[in-house]
Amino acid sequence: MSGPNNDYDPVEVTPLKAEELEAARDAALVAVAAAQDLDELKQARLEHAGDRSPLALANREIGALPPQARKEAGQRIGQARGAVNKAIAERQAVLEVEHEERMLLTETVDVTLPTARRRRGSRHPLTLQSELIADIFVAMGWEIAEGPLVEAEWLNFDALNLGPDHPARTMQDTFWTEPAENHVVLRTQTSPVQARTMLTRKPPIYIACPGRVFRTDEYDATHSPMFHQVEGLVVDKGISMAHLKGALDHFATRMFGEGVDTRFRPSYFPFTEPSAEVDLRCFVCLGENSEECRTCRGEGWIEWGGCGVVNPRVLIACGVDPEVYSGFAFGMGIDRSFMFRHNLEDLRPLFEGDVRFASAFGTEI
Amino acid sequence: MKAPISWIKEYVDVPADVTTDEITRRLTMTGLKLEAIDSPGAQITGPLVIGRVLTMEPEPQKNGKVINWCTVDVGDANGTGQPQGIVCGAHNFAPGDLVVVILPGGVLPGNFAISERKTYGHLSAGMICSTSELGLPEDDDGIIVLPSDAGEPGQDVRSVLGLDEEIIEFEVNPDRAYGLSLRGIARDLAVSVEGATNFRDPAIRDTPAANDQGHPVVLEDTVGCPVFVARKVTGFDPSAPTPSYISQRLVAAGMRSISLAVDITNYVMLETGRPIHGYDADKLRGAIVVRRARAGETLTTLDGTDRTLSTEDLVVTDDSGIIGLGGVMGGETTEMGESTTSILVESAHWDAVSMFRTGKRHKISSEAGKRNERGVDPTICEAAADRVVELLVAHGGASADPGVTVVGTPPEAPVITVSGDKAALVSGMEISEETAVEALRAVGCDVTGSGTLTVVPPPWRPDLTDAQDTTEEVIRLVGYDKVPSVLPIPPAGRGLTRAQQLRRRFGRAAAAEGFTEIVTFPFVGESDFDALGIPTDDVRRNALRLANPLSNEAPLMTTTVLVGLLRAAARNVGYGASSFGLFETATVTLPTGGVAPILPVDARPSKEEFAALDAALPRQPLHIALVGVGEADASGWWGEGRGVTWADAVEAVRAVADSVGLSVTTRGVEMAPWHPGRCAELSVAGEVVGHAGELHPKVCTALGLPRGSVAAEADLDVLIEHAVHLRPAPTFSTQPLAKEDVALVVDETVAAADVEAALRSGAGDVLESIRLFDVYTGQQVGAGKKSLAFALRFRADDRTLTEKDTSAFRDAAVAAAVAKVGAVQR
Ligand SMILES: [Zn+2]
Repeated sequence: MSGPNNDYDPVEVTPLKAEELEAARDAALVAVAAAQDLDELKQARLEHAGDRSPLALANREIGALPPQARKEAGQRIGQARGAVNKAIAERQAVLEVEHEERMLLTETVDVTLPTARRRRGSRHPLTLQSELIADIFVAMGWEIAEGPLVEAEWLNFDALNLGPDHPARTMQDTFWTEPAENHVVLRTQTSPVQARTMLTRKPPIYIACPGRVFRTDEYDATHSPMFHQVEGLVVDKGISMAHLKGALDHFATRMFGEGVDTRFRPSYFPFTEPSAEVDLRCFVCLGENSEECRTCRGEGWIEWGGCGVVNPRVLIACGVDPEVYSGFAFGMGIDRSFMFRHNLEDLRPLFEGDVRFASAFGTEI
Repeated sequence: MKAPISWIKEYVDVPADVTTDEITRRLTMTGLKLEAIDSPGAQITGPLVIGRVLTMEPEPQKNGKVINWCTVDVGDANGTGQPQGIVCGAHNFAPGDLVVVILPGGVLPGNFAISERKTYGHLSAGMICSTSELGLPEDDDGIIVLPSDAGEPGQDVRSVLGLDEEIIEFEVNPDRAYGLSLRGIARDLAVSVEGATNFRDPAIRDTPAANDQGHPVVLEDTVGCPVFVARKVTGFDPSAPTPSYISQRLVAAGMRSISLAVDITNYVMLETGRPIHGYDADKLRGAIVVRRARAGETLTTLDGTDRTLSTEDLVVTDDSGIIGLGGVMGGETTEMGESTTSILVESAHWDAVSMFRTGKRHKISSEAGKRNERGVDPTICEAAADRVVELLVAHGGASADPGVTVVGTPPEAPVITVSGDKAALVSGMEISEETAVEALRAVGCDVTGSGTLTVVPPPWRPDLTDAQDTTEEVIRLVGYDKVPSVLPIPPAGRGLTRAQQLRRRFGRAAAAEGFTEIVTFPFVGESDFDALGIPTDDVRRNALRLANPLSNEAPLMTTTVLVGLLRAAARNVGYGASSFGLFETATVTLPTGGVAPILPVDARPSKEEFAALDAALPRQPLHIALVGVGEADASGWWGEGRGVTWADAVEAVRAVADSVGLSVTTRGVEMAPWHPGRCAELSVAGEVVGHAGELHPKVCTALGLPRGSVAAEADLDVLIEHAVHLRPAPTFSTQPLAKEDVALVVDETVAAADVEAALRSGAGDVLESIRLFDVYTGQQVGAGKKSLAFALRFRADDRTLTEKDTSAFRDAAVAAAVAKVGAVQR
């Protein structure tokens, strides 16, 4: 950079004349306006506003002018340089926007390309449905009870009014374990959980027990040696069949939608009396114009499970005084409910472990 | 139980406008559940008509057979009114007879479609039918010849043959034993169907008084057999045919027609519900004695099976020894046969529990046993025997012997006291005492008193034993459909337990890691453990054995979730899946071999007794198992994928543990089914929770999985036990961070976790974090060595660390590694 001109020589130094200054300014403005991109603008800036540009050189000569001429020359040169710098800044802004737009354009990709780099996991629909059911009962103020799958014979049968000579014992085909004298079975129902609850807690009892159970059924489209049940048990003062109906109607509505209620048909279960089979109003046709309905096959109702008033003998075996308390119980198949809720004709995909099955349901159902 | 509607109506009058649907609906609502409505002709479609045989030309054939070329008048049923030409192989008819003809287009049972066809030189257009071709009880007569007044040619023949009869099938629950008889069904119908009247009890009849001229009978066990009635007929014609109304009804009820004598005992059993046994009286030797069997006694029953008897079995004996398993099945030696002309009719009442046990013990399931073990009316032994005698006389040409043996007395019905408002309380609807009394009387109970009712149930309702039984009866008759809907209001609930909440997190964490949940059966066999390479002395071989497995290949309850999971993984590979992850959470069964006592049921068991039950059960911890196959990250347009490694299996378990706030430490171990050099033992809070790593190549081969597949299994109960509950809020130092990286060379066998632990121990409190960021093996570090590069991050709570401070900490850390794991700094 050149410093002030100390070798003052007024004769040899001639600052730009006014016309020359204007010409230099105009040339600069033209060059700036003509710049088509940031590089060209940079070139124009170096040429017309850089250190070696006529305007910069002229500016440097101001100090060499006679004092009386300095002010006037300084003003003229300053104005010219200001105009050029302003033009450069404006052009710079315009070109930068254009540049950015071009850049973004070149960076554009095909966003329809597949992105499945990480595989998704899923939970099993029966797990999800069990949780859904548990949540319904928890919302009602009930609690969720559990027990072991390999269970004491006494809890699976005797405590539930299914003594060793009860004909109903053969109705439930039981997996027995060896040695027989250990009296240990795979539970055939979730009812032993009810017995456990009554044996370990004092009424009032409001529980639901979803869980896995086993029967010696050959595996086919509608039978499985392992399946899932949910049972409910209420033991409190003044409990009646009407409360059973109320609880089941509410459960049906929460699970299958408004307008879905239940009806009772007489049945027999050792642990309840009176006993009933419970039918669910078809949640697809709501029992109206059912003829065409595939879900209920024209019945308007779907068989859902069994229920009844807890047999006082069960209360006694479980240490509850039937003179003070009464109760109701119900049970239905979770798998079966899933099947008609989701139009599954053959239950085997539930247990085959094909990754495509659970994946189809994602993480919620 | 199947019953033709016309047979039911023989005992009760039903208004003509009451449909079968209405009858079954009402019976279902009172307890006899409709299973199906069937009809014997359900499998026959198309024109099945009466035909009159016009001409009949016998034509001998080369094979020696003679066929008949017939023309048959079928009215307008063939559309032409012309006689129908039909070839028939039978000869038991003549011109002028009325026969049953199925015309072309018709279908007979067995999906046998009838069409015009050329045979024996004629165009045969249809078929003249026999009973068996129509699916009716067989007789030996060949084709059916109808009575001459059966109807006009061309008329549909279904109603004539009873083919359009409706047969109702009921599901009979254990408490509805009376539903196993026409008597019981008709009585229920009379009670429950509006307008049905005039029930005629087939078990009410005048029976001859007992005398001492009958066959002698001694009851040694009156608990097992309280009543025994014996009647005798002589001069029976063993070749007499079974009347068609009996055989048709037996077949409709699902039984076979065998011989007249047997058919009659079965018919009376269906009619009255009381099983009857007939002996060939000429084969009996001396008095009949009923007693329990003695140890070691044997009997060959009617089905030809030799049975060794139990001292609990009730047996019928005579001087020759045991002649029958009382109430369950007769013996061969006194069986009625083709030469039987004298019959001793046994109508005895048997103890239901004993019947159940004997049936179960000897695996005999018979129509008689089914009724005896559910309970039969003990007061109708004489009536049933008399009815059998009547039919043997009527259809078998027999004479009734004057001897009538009646030994013992029927057990007394229980006397039940029940509060008059109990039905209202139990049902939650208004049921007055009057209504309750009326309902109980309708089903045959004797009811007295008011406020507290005294109820004596009728003898055909052995299921009514207590107040709850009678209450159910009342509510059924009032109607379950009238029970109101009242939502019960519980006290405030406590929501899901902590363990229940945590369990949900595990599955979500595994799914978030890319694994898909499956559910498999827990049944396994030794060969499954073999495939996993589990050594014979491994504790996982100690599995609970099922006494009655569905498959002998899988008699054990699994001790590891990996068996089902890896089998499922192999199936997925078989279906063409190349990259996937599966997981399963399930309890495993770890036997302890205890005896679970059978406790009394008349009172709450003590705490100790209940504890003994639980203590006897196997341990059943909840496990999670995961398997990864193929690529962990997929390849694609973005580039190469990343194959799954042992680290993905460890990482997945870390994620599962992290979901309940736990961190996992690892240690290399050898463990089946994993690769011996690529298996991590996983611990949480110092407790081993499971294992993860790459599967052993042999296991992959045995199961059909690609080599390099990975798996993990962990005990979720242990995770729940250690799960972090309340976490304090963290505090952060705002002092600047100081970074130091170190590279250490150690023997290849030294675990990275140990090196890290050594560095950590030496670095002191100001070490904020340590991370292994590179592992190098190769020439630069020499054979058998590896270089581990760690990033150490230091930060003090109260001051800015100087370079001098930081290098001192780093040196201390390295010194510890040198000392503890023989590390050398690079
Ligand atoms: Zn529907």
